[in-house]
Amino acid sequence: MSAPYLAATGMTGGYGKADILHDCTLTVERGQIAVIVGPNGAGKSTAMKAVFGMLPLREGRVTLDGEDIGALSPQERVRRGMGFVPQTHNVFPSMTVAENLEMGAFIRDDDDGIARTMDQVLTLFPVLADKRRQPAGELSGGQRQQVAVGRALMTKPQLLMLDEPTAGVSPIVMDELFDRIIEIARSGISILMVEQNARQALEIADIGYVLVQGANRYTGTGAELLADSEVRRTFLGG
Amino acid sequence: MDLLNALVAVLNFVVIPATAYGAQLALGALGVTLIYGILRFSNFAHGDTMAFGTAMVILLTWGLQGLGIALTPLPTALLALPVAIALTALLMLGTDRVVYRFYRRKRAAPIIFVMASVGVMFIMNGLTRLVIGVDEIRFDDGARFIIGVADFRRWTGLEEGLALRGTQVITVAAAALTVAWLFWFLNRTRSGKAMRAYSDNEDLALLSGIDPERVVRQTWIIAAALATLAGTLYGLDKSFRAFTYFQILLPIFAAAIVGGLGNPLGAIAGGFIVAFSEVAVTYPWRKIAAYLGWESDGLMQLLSTEYKFAVSFVILIVVLLFRPTGLFRGKSV
Repeated sequence: MSAPYLAATGMTGGYGKADILHDCTLTVERGQIAVIVGPNGAGKSTAMKAVFGMLPLREGRVTLDGEDIGALSPQERVRRGMGFVPQTHNVFPSMTVAENLEMGAFIRDDDDGIARTMDQVLTLFPVLADKRRQPAGELSGGQRQQVAVGRALMTKPQLLMLDEPTAGVSPIVMDELFDRIIEIARSGISILMVEQNARQALEIADIGYVLVQGANRYTGTGAELLADSEVRRTFLGG
Repeated sequence: MDLLNALVAVLNFVVIPATAYGAQLALGALGVTLIYGILRFSNFAHGDTMAFGTAMVILLTWGLQGLGIALTPLPTALLALPVAIALTALLMLGTDRVVYRFYRRKRAAPIIFVMASVGVMFIMNGLTRLVIGVDEIRFDDGARFIIGVADFRRWTGLEEGLALRGTQVITVAAAALTVAWLFWFLNRTRSGKAMRAYSDNEDLALLSGIDPERVVRQTWIIAAALATLAGTLYGLDKSFRAFTYFQILLPIFAAAIVGGLGNPLGAIAGGFIVAFSEVAVTYPWRKIAAYLGWESDGLMQLLSTEYKFAVSFVILIVVLLFRPTGLFRGKSV
């Protein structure tokens, strides 16, 4: 078997002197949905930031498509095919929906390709097509998340990283967002996401990571983790 | 007839001068608001940037006049503008390189940038005075009047005269063109949108592959152009004195804040609001009242012109108290 598309192995590091991550490992195959769950303060978002180069690592390796990208800045990683959707402040509020998407394609210079991706994004999120002239800051929470995901898709990523995409949206919108995420993964894009709604997220996960205090506690397919009584009892509330 | 006379007097003494002054303030406030929106600090050196830019225009104008080059009936200064803008832009980029970039890399708090800009202000202030001196300079060599008072009286038979100076028309036209260009640039071009994106959300702009240093450079160049243009138009309309440009910083900030800092549309509206208030409050209304059949012993002047800056202060305080984000939803101060 070839190496996974994204392999972050043995990540150890933190912002200051104390480490937040301890020998944490995350891997994602092409077209897979990988979900990171865990209690508050488990270092879920931090692990994702480490993968994206926003956290200095003392130890560990991050490879993308077999290449070591550990020395690259987040911006350079975007150019290598990593799209990142931060949890908050993930849109340009005073710019229209269309402009937000355009900014996502800033690093690309193939006008035809950009137009095609824009069409794909608008097909994926039809509501954005109706609101394309409206400032993103005026949209509802769920619509804003769609803009944020859309913006990241415009960079034409191979790996899409989502930091709690359903934070603060209603359950109906959450289901819809998860549906869209499955659709994105089916188009061949790998997904790495951190989720607060652990149960629903694990239902769509090909692989799930349960982090506790910055270390891997349980790893398995979504179904395995959901079936594991230990995981259910400690993290999914029974 | 008296009503017409009153109308002409209002046009002549209030509307026309305030419109020209408003356009100059608007251009100045646009520069301030742009720097605030993108670089996130109130640039106290903006008035002295205007002074430096205008000083460059004057030196170049003298040079051109020495060579016998003129742009009649337009002032020669317009010919000098592009080069003066380039020189001012170079100074801005240099300042950014040696001063602001250091603090940007340290991610310093906005107040530190403001204080640094006060330092820059004093240095530029001194620089301008060294280069061109402290005296009053008039450098408008174009046609003085488009409509003269005597001509107007002859045409209309009215008692009141009306004068429209060439510089006033140039000011308004140049301001309109510049504003149109700026809005086109910010809303339609890739670079302009990148600047707005950076202003909206710096981190996300970075994630989208926008080069922040490039955005910063573009901002300084545009700010230099706006400052030089505003300063030159002001100098053509009135006269140039380094100290006046330092003082004009107050109405410019008032304009930018009234409109909502960081909002270009607000800066323009703010410029006109401040200008019209200042002129209306310091104008002696007795003559106009008399035309309307209301004789008065006093001048009917609310404030003497020496206190015109008080108007900016009052507007500033009222806005900050009751609507700190300004009329057009800018960022709060």
